[in-house]
Amino acid sequence: MSRSGVRFSSRALMAEQHAFAEQAMEYMPQLYSTALRMTHNASDAEDLVQETYLKAYKGFAGFEQGTNLRAWMFRILTNTYINSYRSKKRRPEETELDDVEDFYLYRRMGGLEAVRASRSAEDELMDLFSDAEVQSAIDALPESYRLAILLSDVEGLSYKEIAEDLDIPIGTVMSRLHRGRKALQKQLHDYALARGLTDAVPEASLEAP
Amino acid sequence: MTHEPNSPSGVPFAVTPDCEKVMAEVDSFLDQELTDSVRASIASHLESCSPCFEVFDFEAELRLVISTKTHTVEFPDTLRIRIEEKLTYLRIEGSGATESGGGGEPRREA
Repeated sequence: MSRSGVRFSSRALMAEQHAFAEQAMEYMPQLYSTALRMTHNASDAEDLVQETYLKAYKGFAGFEQGTNLRAWMFRILTNTYINSYRSKKRRPEETELDDVEDFYLYRRMGGLEAVRASRSAEDELMDLFSDAEVQSAIDALPESYRLAILLSDVEGLSYKEIAEDLDIPIGTVMSRLHRGRKALQKQLHDYALARGLTDAVPEASLEAP
Repeated sequence: MTHEPNSPSGVPFAVTPDCEKVMAEVDSFLDQELTDSVRASIASHLESCSPCFEVFDFEAELRLVISTKTHTVEFPDTLRIRIEEKLTYLRIEGSGATESGGGGEPRREA
């Protein structure tokens, strides 16, 4: 992250780094929850977040003031994960996802809130899945899909930011998100089925409005 | 968008051509990736088309659920303390490094 020509020891840079430490601290819990979903492991997640802050601190001269500090921190987190943590383990198999139909969950559960019209869809879905189920559904995704989903759906980064972070074209970001979300929906539905919260919907009834 | 073999339009209800166009943009719309004019035209369709609205609403809520429930992990406060200590150490080390004149990089990992 450090730029050549940057004087690490300069007073101005130190003041900036001090400012960084103050500004960036608030993102730590978000970075940690994403790190945990990346690494699947609390101790690795802590190390990853710590390394992210140290790199950010040292490389703060490379941060363009006025741009999105949060997105910048997530970029460092993602790069650090890809470059060090991932390679520590055996290279994860890049499983291709099964092709899942569009709107998988809506087709099967979209009617739930209509049955109990007094409750909002939000309440329904919030109550339907536990934190642990959502987290393990994310964990179950193949890594390239998981990273895209974490950066987009969990952290709200833009396609462009995700493309830069993962070093892939925007079109690839979009297709990973699309396919990853469908797979995530299928996994969530499987959990709901396993708990008997919803009946398997017979295929025939899926087409009718 | 690829269409599923058993569902030619990929859309979970009987559609007009407008619905089909709108449903192809669910992701881009919810991800705030559309231009204002496209966004406005979809919003206006959703106001008058409840099947499309329901799908968008469902998908939007689902994202909220995913984001909310991923952020419920407990943050270890010891980590914050550890990082603050490391940064303080780097700052001290940085000021001590003035004479060493090493240029771009701090000398070693804390």
